[in-house]
Amino acid sequence: MFALFENPRLRGGIHAEEHKSETSPLSIVTDFPMPKKLYIPVQQHVGKPAEPVVKVGEKVLKGQLLAYSQGTISAPVHAPTSGIIADVKDFPAPHPSALPIRTVVIESDGKEQWAQLIVPEDPFQLEPEEICQRVGAAGVVGLGGAVFPSAVKLSLGRKNKIHTLLINAGECEPYLTCDDRLMQERAEQIVAGIRLMLRGMDAPKAMVGIEDNKPEAFAAMQTAARDFPNIVVAQVPTRYPMGWDRQMLRYLTGQEIPADGRATDIGVVVHNVATAFAVYQAICLGQPLISRVVTVSGAAVAKPRNVEVPIGTLMSEVLAFCGLEKSKMARLVMGGPMMGDALPIAEVPVVKACNGILALSHADIDEPAIQPCIRCSSCVTACPVGLLPLEMASRIKANQLDSAVDLGLKDCISCGSCSYVCPSNIPLVHYFKFASGELVKRQQAEHKAEQTKRLVEDRNNRMERARLEAEAEALRAQEARAARLAAAQQAQAAPAEETV
Amino acid sequence: MSNKPISGPHVAATRRVDQIMRLVILALAPATACGVFLFGWPALYLLAVTVLSAMAFEGLCLKMKGVAAMPYLRDGSAIVTGLLVAMTLPPWAPWWIGVVGSALAIVLGKHVYGGLGQNLFNPAMLARVALLISFPIEMTTWANVSPLFTGPGVIDSLAITFSGLENPDAVTGATTLGWVKTEFSQNRLLPGSLIEYSGFLAFLGWERGSLGETSSLLLLAGGIWLMRQGVIKWHIPVSLLFSILLLSTIFHTWDSQHYLGPWVHLNSGAVMLVAFFIATDYVTSPNTPLGQVVFGAGCGLLIFVIRSWGGYPEGTGFAILLMNAVTPLIDHYIRPRIYGRYRNGKPLDISNS
Repeated sequence: MFALFENPRLRGGIHAEEHKSETSPLSIVTDFPMPKKLYIPVQQHVGKPAEPVVKVGEKVLKGQLLAYSQGTISAPVHAPTSGIIADVKDFPAPHPSALPIRTVVIESDGKEQWAQLIVPEDPFQLEPEEICQRVGAAGVVGLGGAVFPSAVKLSLGRKNKIHTLLINAGECEPYLTCDDRLMQERAEQIVAGIRLMLRGMDAPKAMVGIEDNKPEAFAAMQTAARDFPNIVVAQVPTRYPMGWDRQMLRYLTGQEIPADGRATDIGVVVHNVATAFAVYQAICLGQPLISRVVTVSGAAVAKPRNVEVPIGTLMSEVLAFCGLEKSKMARLVMGGPMMGDALPIAEVPVVKACNGILALSHADIDEPAIQPCIRCSSCVTACPVGLLPLEMASRIKANQLDSAVDLGLKDCISCGSCSYVCPSNIPLVHYFKFASGELVKRQQAEHKAEQTKRLVEDRNNRMERARLEAEAEALRAQEARAARLAAAQQAQAAPAEETV
Repeated sequence: MSNKPISGPHVAATRRVDQIMRLVILALAPATACGVFLFGWPALYLLAVTVLSAMAFEGLCLKMKGVAAMPYLRDGSAIVTGLLVAMTLPPWAPWWIGVVGSALAIVLGKHVYGGLGQNLFNPAMLARVALLISFPIEMTTWANVSPLFTGPGVIDSLAITFSGLENPDAVTGATTLGWVKTEFSQNRLLPGSLIEYSGFLAFLGWERGSLGETSSLLLLAGGIWLMRQGVIKWHIPVSLLFSILLLSTIFHTWDSQHYLGPWVHLNSGAVMLVAFFIATDYVTSPNTPLGQVVFGAGCGLLIFVIRSWGGYPEGTGFAILLMNAVTPLIDHYIRPRIYGRYRNGKPLDISNS
């Protein structure tokens, strides 16, 4: 109520309307019918796109490599089912722009025939390098939505001295329950994944942070981890954005990651809980990451639930499976309602980053008109980073980007807490994203201007050099001519003398 | 139709500006009703005049700006301003005081600066102080408590409010703070001048004073309710009240003949109204919790200083305006610490964390 004694480790945040009860009591649906065609983008991770190794018409088995990773930060993609490569083409990506990206299309043969899977005898005896290598080869990426290649993170951990592996099981986004269900149903496998991760980066202990609105998941995880004293399962308050790893880290350990640093700088590596499950699958079962649990919810969905969906399934098919009422849908969102992206079309594939497909109704998104800011400072209270959203927005509005940067624009994590609480309905996050984009544009323009300037200077220098050379040449030529002339005159003069 | 771009978050909390204003009006209602009850029909007329003229001026200003007036009128901010102006006026003040007050608040206090959310000073306080300076007689003529149905009737009251009938049957006197100030100026000491004062009755509101500020009890209750509703936070009210409490306790203990005690200070004049409803005005108070504490403490300090050593018996209006002027400065210097950075904005050292 008065919040006189705020927990100093917990700052800002909001308690958004949850909408988790629609899906949290229902078991994960594992018998989603394999679609006729799967669309697998070669880029489902941050870093370089993977390079396809299959040709059109080629027959592939389930789990077979489709595209291999390129460079140090990348992840391969695999075939989610057996079938024929129908095409390798550009296809709309699950992104607000729906711009096409390179996509492998598989026509499933319905046989679900697995490629040969390599399973180690005792996974927990594997060398750390071996674990990292297998995780990388299985195409495991961070499944919380950031899709950073997990093997890279594990190796990074191995190179630094890590004291804690933080497993982020906050799942603070309203509507989403896929991690919750995963923990309730597959806690033991997750714990096995955590143990493998610990071994993979040679870290002594792991902490699992679960928001206290998921008591069943917490209990399941605690039971599964009871034999492993180095895995601590902890409850954290339900407060968005608890899933922001830096917030959870601060709450659980009191440590703060320096603004210009990474978690590894202070001896911590953070992985999402679903990633731990994927690591288990990759090593103990030898299965690459070819499916994931997705929360399908929103008021326009008749049967909201968690579905294990093959990567590459069109969202429209998943929605149809869950009983989409098209007339009710006002907005399609991939991810949670706070940070998820609005998608213009549903004919885009489910990718590794997709933890939620929300078909929101008009009532869900409720959008009254924007009113003037009354400086109520709710946004300041809500900001988990400690920024002044109202001040930043007013400066961006006045086109004073630099002064917005002074206030910490670059520290904004776009969590949307400020927009959520704003009684005037001001789209604050939108301002910040816009400003960040403008800054990038400006930087690029500056870079370009500099480059142009340099080119012009170079050209001028070149011209100048050419001119000087030409002048010198002319001078030399003149001298030569003069010399020649003099010689000729001399030659002319000499016979004349002779004649005299 | 929404004018919002499609961008996250795709959901939002449901509390809107008009709801906040409605909650503020609700929180003020008991104290306002009490004022009307204590001072009779003239108070009700004055209240109606002030609120209606505030809305009229709001509409007029919006029209002059070429903005559709209805959406803004519906947000309730003009009603809140009108209500607050009325609450700070002597309850039997003539109608034109209410109208001029509303005009000052809405036109000079709000729209000159650019309208809702743009003003530097609290409109109601600006109006009150301007009125006090311009019309000192009307602004310091305090009616005795004469509860509804015991004082002048419906028709007689019309005469008091609208035709400026002065002083019917000599029902006026000084407020506690005014009385004490006068006594001091005649070199009389405190204990003698406070014989008539009943702290408990004053707490309930049974005291001469402005229309809506006499009942500390009801204002306190409304304020606490507003806090529970999450409309205001504790920082400003608590620091404001605490600084007055602290200063008056210190000085009263040191010299009880010349300095009023904490109870009289907290209970008299507009302190409660100001602490919960005026100083907490979003637009004119700082944005950060620490800034709000500084702001509240500053208000409390100034109130005490003006009351104790200034020329006016009551200092809340001036104190608020002075602190309003300092708000941008407080906001400039007091900012929250950004995650991963020191207060000065430099990133944390890796070794320290």
